[in-house]
Amino acid sequence: MFDFTPAEWEAVFLSLKVGLWGTLASLPVGFLLAYVLARLEFPLKSLVHGIVYLPLVLPPVVTGFFLLLLFGTRGPIGQFLQNVFGITIAFKWTGAALAAAIMGLPLMVRAMRLSIVAVDRRLETAARTLGAGWWRVLFTITLPLALPGIIAGAVLSFAKSFGEFGATITFVSNIPGETRTLPIAIYSLLQSSGGEDAALRLAGLSVVVSLVAVLGAEFMERRIVAKST
Amino acid sequence: MSFDVDVETRLGDFALAVRFTAAAGLTALFGPSGAGKTSVLNMIAGVLKPARGRIAVDGAVLFDSAQGINLAPNHRRVGYVFQDARLFPHMSVEHNLLYGYRLTAPEARYVQPDQVMALLGLEHLLARKPGALSGGEQQRVAIGRALLASPKLLLMDEPLASLDAARKEEILPYIERLRDEMRLPILYVTHAEGEANRLAGAMVRIAAGRVTA
Repeated sequence: MFDFTPAEWEAVFLSLKVGLWGTLASLPVGFLLAYVLARLEFPLKSLVHGIVYLPLVLPPVVTGFFLLLLFGTRGPIGQFLQNVFGITIAFKWTGAALAAAIMGLPLMVRAMRLSIVAVDRRLETAARTLGAGWWRVLFTITLPLALPGIIAGAVLSFAKSFGEFGATITFVSNIPGETRTLPIAIYSLLQSSGGEDAALRLAGLSVVVSLVAVLGAEFMERRIVAKST
Repeated sequence: MSFDVDVETRLGDFALAVRFTAAAGLTALFGPSGAGKTSVLNMIAGVLKPARGRIAVDGAVLFDSAQGINLAPNHRRVGYVFQDARLFPHMSVEHNLLYGYRLTAPEARYVQPDQVMALLGLEHLLARKPGALSGGEQQRVAIGRALLASPKLLLMDEPLASLDAARKEEILPYIERLRDEMRLPILYVTHAEGEANRLAGAMVRIAAGRVTA
């Protein structure tokens, strides 16, 4: 089962790296968005809501195309990053991580938003009267109580990032060792003759990783339900 | 040790205008449900902003619409015991008790954890989680938690309302000890006349958003 070739291991580790960094980088952004959507009322809130959830319903190739237009070497953000920081992300693994983060964000925000909504705000008020400022309330009350949802969101985002294909191949292409992640490696194997066996092994591995992630997320969700009753 | 409250606000169709002064000891804010008692406490605690008025505790102005002063709840040093104890479910009793204590500057503290735990009989509960406490125990921990932040004024919002008669009798002596042994003024909201008569040295009666006596 685990007699992968070096090139296959490369794809597996690349997928893990992309998934991990994509998730870590989107955690603060995801929490901020989830908090804003859960707690604040403002004009155009449904528009923000819609944009966050867009990658979930849009064809991934469209998301990848937009990323290319914005972050590509000639895109406005891509040029800004290149000129100001000397960073290129198009056709790099960092670009794959960005695509993965964007695709995982809706799932992350949804899980986090639900858990923040479930936090009893009267507990936050109690903490304020005990001398805690806004930030301290966030870190000692809101975050710990929303933790199961935050973990569930991170796990789902990781699972999505680990297996992202459409937006990734559109944005950063298929470069062995740089952007050829696990699903892209499977796709490449299926394009060549005699690659089915290897593709099957990698497919089995992605089933295992995804299943672990989904079961982990469900376990966390059950903990939220148990806590709130 | 005294406090002055003079607040006005409008909550939907309900107009509230309340003015009173209270000295040390326990003052009952007494009136029927819907009289605006909890709203008065919320305004003193800084959780609800009055449209107009002035709130001062022991000479320190917490709110003054004319001067544009409106201290955040965490800067008011006003303790609040809620009707539902509102203990933090993810922390042990001990961490609940010390939450406000740790946020109070050492020179501003006037009670120590040992004293409060002895006063309220909490020593044997410290390691438990709030979910494993009875209603009466939860309320005693909530009182201790508020006290340990060394407040200059303690607000109590019907702390016995959700308890049965036996539990009420269990808690009342603790509140009497609190009143007699601590030098802080207490504003105690209730709609039970017996409770008000038993505990209070002074009484502010309100009905329909107005002080009646």
